[in-house]
Amino acid sequence: MPTITYRDALNQALREEMQRDPNVFLMGEEVGLYQGAYKVSRGLLEEFGPNRIVDTPIAELGFAGIGVGAAMGGLRPVVEFMTWNFAVLALDQIVNSAAKMLYMTGGQIPIPIVFRGPNGAALQLAAQHSQAWESWVSHIPGLKVVAPATPYDAKGLLKTAIRDNNPVVVLEGEMLYNNKGEVPEGEILIPIGKADLKKEGDHVTLICHSKTVSIALKAAEQLATQDISAEVLDLRSLRPLDEAAILRSVTKTNRVVVVEEGWAHCGIGAQVVDLIQREAFDQLDAPVLRVTQADVPMPYNKQLERLAKSSPEKVVAAARRVLYLD
Amino acid sequence: MTTVTAQPTKSDMQAAQLRRMLREMILIRRFEEKAAEAYALGKIGGFCHLYIGQEAVAVGVSAALEPTDYCIGSYREHGQALVRGMSSRSVMAELYGKATGCSHGKGGSMHLFDAEKRFMGGHGIVGGHLPLATGIAFAIKYRGGNEVCACFFGEAAVNIGAFHEALNMASVWKLPVIFLCENNRYGMGTAFERVAAVNDVVEHACSYDIAGEVVNGMDVLDMQQAMQRAVQRARKGGHPTLLEVRTYRYVGHSMSDPLHGVYRTKDEVEEQKKRDPIAQLAQRMRQDGVIDQAGIDALEAEVRAEVEDAAQFADESPDPAPEELTTHVLAD
Repeated sequence: MPTITYRDALNQALREEMQRDPNVFLMGEEVGLYQGAYKVSRGLLEEFGPNRIVDTPIAELGFAGIGVGAAMGGLRPVVEFMTWNFAVLALDQIVNSAAKMLYMTGGQIPIPIVFRGPNGAALQLAAQHSQAWESWVSHIPGLKVVAPATPYDAKGLLKTAIRDNNPVVVLEGEMLYNNKGEVPEGEILIPIGKADLKKEGDHVTLICHSKTVSIALKAAEQLATQDISAEVLDLRSLRPLDEAAILRSVTKTNRVVVVEEGWAHCGIGAQVVDLIQREAFDQLDAPVLRVTQADVPMPYNKQLERLAKSSPEKVVAAARRVLYLD
Repeated sequence: MTTVTAQPTKSDMQAAQLRRMLREMILIRRFEEKAAEAYALGKIGGFCHLYIGQEAVAVGVSAALEPTDYCIGSYREHGQALVRGMSSRSVMAELYGKATGCSHGKGGSMHLFDAEKRFMGGHGIVGGHLPLATGIAFAIKYRGGNEVCACFFGEAAVNIGAFHEALNMASVWKLPVIFLCENNRYGMGTAFERVAAVNDVVEHACSYDIAGEVVNGMDVLDMQQAMQRAVQRARKGGHPTLLEVRTYRYVGHSMSDPLHGVYRTKDEVEEQKKRDPIAQLAQRMRQDGVIDQAGIDALEAEVRAEVEDAAQFADESPDPAPEELTTHVLAD
């Protein structure tokens, strides 16, 4: 099986879906001539031309809205944000136009659109370029939200997202684009709403998504050296959540740590904990703990940034606490 | 000798069109008056923004469009929906929140939609639908279509970023969209000149290198002709146009706003009513012998019956079933 980067997996997904359906087009800042700020769209302008690979001005609200309008007009746009930190300017269109259109039209006008781009912190980009937005978008009925962690999931989920008849938010990761993994050639379609067990284990479940999957896997390795068997459940889809998969794992291990990039307050982990206490209260042998970003804007200083972020060490510490080892 | 079937002459067709425009304007006005009455009775809830005084804009614009063209508007869109072929029944039922409404009771006054008639809303965030209009025009061009998209908005939207972003991209990509700024002079209670550095909206056309015209929005024929020019530019080369349509609303911003309030005087409102678009067209048609008073009375009676029927239909229609709460959140 070929090993390719997360970036190239997304590129394959875009290329294959654009070849398959002439109504699919890509728009965003630097997607064409520049080949993508993170090179996700490399080679696409040459293959599909400027009518389908559309360079926009720096106007997130405007081009996101134009994307939604194009979907109203029968197309299937893929809107790339250079980062979700800039997409906050477009939230009016994502929330008020894309997510609510089908409902407020009484079912007349579906909005098949993908909003995608890197989410969360990279390295030392400071407060305004380092935010994880998943809890904001996952709050909204009418949206689907996915956050792939591996090249395989990136390809399979983006392809499914493009074929979905709803607005789908695809949260990528700047720190993930260079990661390599096995991706079979040709068709992969991963259903939205299905979590993936990245590692089986018996003693504690680490629930994670996107960049925190690698953090959880590293934590699981460290825990293994302490004879603790951790299960790593990658949510992959944040709306809808794969509730059955979460409950299955909780029932197996009875102890849970939820890991995410974003802040704790009203975060994704809060939603997961709500589910667990409602549906699996009697299965728990310990309160669920969460590992999140510190409750501060992201600092620039390298040491402070490290302290602010989730890390394998923090996950190991939380896992030991839910096992009452510390 | 051959028998020639009588063909309608140009002037017959013009007369028919004038009668249609007069009827549409009267329909909007009577419809809105009925909506105000129903609102006062609690049959219509939420926000309700009436179009009284601005009728010539929707009617003149629509007269220059084909049925396949797209229209999109703000929350002051009842009149626009009516002239694009949506029935009085379906629009009134939507205001009443009924299952028979054009948006199945889920949209209400601010979110009237009819995808088949290409009436694309009904949008509640000031300026938010200008990028949508531009996107619809993008789709038209992408598919190689010949339609245009007409986008109604109030002058207050000119101060919001979405206006500028939409005009810029529409111009850069040469999209068949017509931006119809209905300048009724007040964004809710704030006079435009109090909050806008450039008082003539049309000047913004220069900033984006698109065509711009000022239109007397109290004259339905001026409106129609200006719109015809804009449509021609859009269909021919995808050139967008900004029309600054000078109009006036006789009523408050919404039903919860008094008729003139403290932001404008009663005298100002009364003065504006002297330019009433319906009275002006009726007078011109009478002068030209296109219609007589009996003809106008007949139109009035017909329209009143249509509006009464719509209100009765809305009243008697069922609410959406409770199961409808959770339908249409996601498409299959």
